[in-house]
Amino acid sequence: MPAYYLEILILLLGFTMLGVEAFSSNRSRSRIAVLGVSGLFVVLIFLIFTVPSSEVPYDHWGIYHVDKWALFYKAIAILTTLLVLVLAKDFSPVLKKYTSQSNEFSGIGEYYCLPIFVCAGLMWMASAKDLITIFVSLELVTIGFYVLVSFMRRNVGSLEAGVKYLVLGALSTGFLVYGIAWIFGVTGQFELNEIANVLNSGKVERKPIIFAFALLLVGLGFKVAAVPFHIWVPDVYQGTSMPITAFLSVGSKAAGFIVLLRVIEPFLNSSLTASSVILILSFLVCVTLLFGNFVAIKQTNVKRLLAYSSIAHAGFLMMALPAMESDFQSKLIGPSSMESISFYLAGYLLMTMLCFLVLTIVSAATNGESIDDLKGLGARSPLLAFAMLVGIASLAGIPLTVGFFGKFFLFNIAIQYAVFSGSWYVVSFAVLGAAAGFYYYFKIIRVMYWGGSDQDSDELTLEVNPLSKAVIIVLLTGVILCGVFPSLILGLLQ
Amino acid sequence: MIIDLIVLIPIIAALAIGLGAEGRKTALGAAGANLILGVIVIGELMRRGGEELIFETSTVILENPKLTLGFAVDGMSGVLVLLTVIVTFCAVYISPEKAPDGRVKLYHISPLLISAGALGAFCSTDLFFLFAFHELALIPTFLMIGIYGHGRERLAIAWKITIYLGVGSLVLLGGLIALYSNLTSDGFATFKIAELTAIAETMQLDQEVQKWIFLPLFLGFGILVSLFPFHSWAAPAYASAPTSVAMLHAGVLKKFGLYGILRVAMPMLPKGFEAWEGLILVLLLGNIIYVGLVTISQRHLDRMLGNSSVMHMGYAFLGIACVNHIGWNGAVLMMFAHGLSIALLFALCGSLRERLNTLELSEIGGLTSKVPFLAVSFGFAAFASIGLPGFANFASEVTILFGAFNGAGEVGNLQKAAILALWGVVISAVYMLRAYRNIFQGDSTRGLTLVRRDSLNKIPIILMIAVLLLTGFFPNLILSMLPS
Repeated sequence: MPAYYLEILILLLGFTMLGVEAFSSNRSRSRIAVLGVSGLFVVLIFLIFTVPSSEVPYDHWGIYHVDKWALFYKAIAILTTLLVLVLAKDFSPVLKKYTSQSNEFSGIGEYYCLPIFVCAGLMWMASAKDLITIFVSLELVTIGFYVLVSFMRRNVGSLEAGVKYLVLGALSTGFLVYGIAWIFGVTGQFELNEIANVLNSGKVERKPIIFAFALLLVGLGFKVAAVPFHIWVPDVYQGTSMPITAFLSVGSKAAGFIVLLRVIEPFLNSSLTASSVILILSFLVCVTLLFGNFVAIKQTNVKRLLAYSSIAHAGFLMMALPAMESDFQSKLIGPSSMESISFYLAGYLLMTMLCFLVLTIVSAATNGESIDDLKGLGARSPLLAFAMLVGIASLAGIPLTVGFFGKFFLFNIAIQYAVFSGSWYVVSFAVLGAAAGFYYYFKIIRVMYWGGSDQDSDELTLEVNPLSKAVIIVLLTGVILCGVFPSLILGLLQ
Repeated sequence: MIIDLIVLIPIIAALAIGLGAEGRKTALGAAGANLILGVIVIGELMRRGGEELIFETSTVILENPKLTLGFAVDGMSGVLVLLTVIVTFCAVYISPEKAPDGRVKLYHISPLLISAGALGAFCSTDLFFLFAFHELALIPTFLMIGIYGHGRERLAIAWKITIYLGVGSLVLLGGLIALYSNLTSDGFATFKIAELTAIAETMQLDQEVQKWIFLPLFLGFGILVSLFPFHSWAAPAYASAPTSVAMLHAGVLKKFGLYGILRVAMPMLPKGFEAWEGLILVLLLGNIIYVGLVTISQRHLDRMLGNSSVMHMGYAFLGIACVNHIGWNGAVLMMFAHGLSIALLFALCGSLRERLNTLELSEIGGLTSKVPFLAVSFGFAAFASIGLPGFANFASEVTILFGAFNGAGEVGNLQKAAILALWGVVISAVYMLRAYRNIFQGDSTRGLTLVRRDSLNKIPIILMIAVLLLTGFFPNLILSMLPS
């Protein structure tokens, strides 16, 4: 089965769900979510059996590229969407409050369908190897998100987030298109391999190509939440509904990174542009690490804190980007940049989704999103508190969780690259950032277990529905198992 | 297999408590089982001499760089395993059924996890897991000090220890990555300690390279051992931690840094040490003399004990700085002896805290007649801590001094440092004897009313004193397991 059937299946699933939504009389829409979850699960199984080992990598019409990376990131996209639907199901009580006046679930059917279309976009991004496909798939994702972010239309914060995301998203799209136009103008190519050939042919000038690259980087930096293109992140994460925050933070970032990796490669491996690209990237890494980690310290809203943490994680991930130059990769000991980033993103999926699942359940019950709303969670629901503890520990990079292996591989690259290139500032910023991380992540751990013996704790015992409970346990096991046996994920990549 | 069990038992017990098993009984059962297993392991090590790794298990979990999850013990790790299981048993034994706020789970899970972290770190045959297991203790320590700590500043103190140790381990991680990526052959890298040591011996890295890898390793490990001037987290943390955590952290976990230096930094980067020898001697004298004087000026028993534990780390560093097996063996014996004596002191300090309203030395007095057993055992502990002959501490300090002067034709920097370090014994005597006099002797009318809580747990205290005396009279029990 050719891989593009997967996207078609996903789209069919989306349309089916829309149809069911339109014609069903059932007022509770949670069946649509269940349909979506099971549909995505089936597609995920198809994906596993789509590994055309003899044919990988191959191209369709020059615009649809399939290799092991594409398949891996497609799997991440499907898994993320699946989990987002689980979250959305838990979040529906809050959602209905802000969508329709009557006390019904009727207004939220699209909330379960749109992520499916976004998922198709994310999967297409994983296969995009020329700038036009990149642009089109990116827009499919972004437009889906415009709607999803502002879905709680009776909530001012959500609308504000929607407007901010729309305006800044459109702006970054503008930069991206302009950059693509410049690239085409200079090289006459859209296809990344062809661009690489032109760059190495010595027939292009340096300045316009650097300019074009910088424009591209603005557009993609917006997607992965790199400083200084991060302005939207805190407000949008805070304003929108919890499941979409999770979707943005995992799905959008992962797809952004695979595109970023593909776009950067030709520029890094051409002697014409390499030095400037490395310089630009190193600068972005440093400011992202510093800004994300240090601003997170002062946050009191959990979603805002996770927004800055998401920026910080973008910084850690980007540490491996300058090191992508092939001179260094051949000397590198341990997993390559591509492998490390992919591993980290897969781990990031597990740990972030775990945290968001807990947060969704808590905020649906307490209707609050500040760190203090987690107070005494250890007494109210030991399972949720433990899940959150493991998720947060993994985000902070405590050993024996998947987050530690992720950071370890990235630091491994960064340190070896520092020895190779002789500049240590990226590593030192990363150490500072990770140290600050201990503080703000432990703040959450502290709140959960401090002062757990509130008198009213019995009343607030949290109910967790069986599906979420099962998902939490699966994710929890995943975070710990992959934290001891990283080859569970790395094996898929090598 | 037996070593895997020793590491796994506390983790499984912690899990069981989390799922609803009875707190103290489960913890005590696990600690008791570990104590028995530990003694069996030591017996086997004594029979074999402790030169090679025994009970080795390993599972390869990554090909390149080669990561293996595996455990084994040789003499040095065996001694530390014995220390850990004894202190864990005593710490768990001393913990009350319920935490002060009535919660059970967290209160009993945390010491078990700290113990598992220490055991895993001491027994790992792989550098990566040596590091990883140590971090297992970070969150339990943070929670225990923050929630059940003493004093108003416990929250700030919990942050301080967490961030200090977090930064220390990040620096350490950087050093470890630099180390392994330089010790490669044919693009193939390994984390296995034995293989790395072998490669380091054949490869002989340049002095300059060794120098710059040694620095982060030494600083990282040093921060975890409260090396001067990175020691300021230790004393307040131990002073405010709940008794069981203070015992485990000061007695066992802190030894991880020393173990790491002896296991990793010294054998693999001998020239790196030479490059920094002068600086290291100054820092360790800072631990002994400066922190020693700070200890004298403490007014509270718990703070005094915390500082004294920082001070005694200086001797262990001195032993390491000898760069010969006599000094190193002395350092290992020191780790064992100090671990037991400081755990004993914190246990006694904990039971004093339960019975008195204050630990301010000038407020207490004449307790001997009221709590004779406490007074006698505190006397033993204080003498051990000072390093009186008959206790393992004395044997270790003497061995370290022998190491420092071994084969020295003339008086070099090391010997000068050793002579200065001797004054530390006097300093210890000053503060320990003064504390003893203040608390147990003198005018009992000055003493505050004794708040009687539960009866004193005598078994762990007698156990620790007995082991200290036994290894003090027969230090060869320990030394025979170490390379000579």
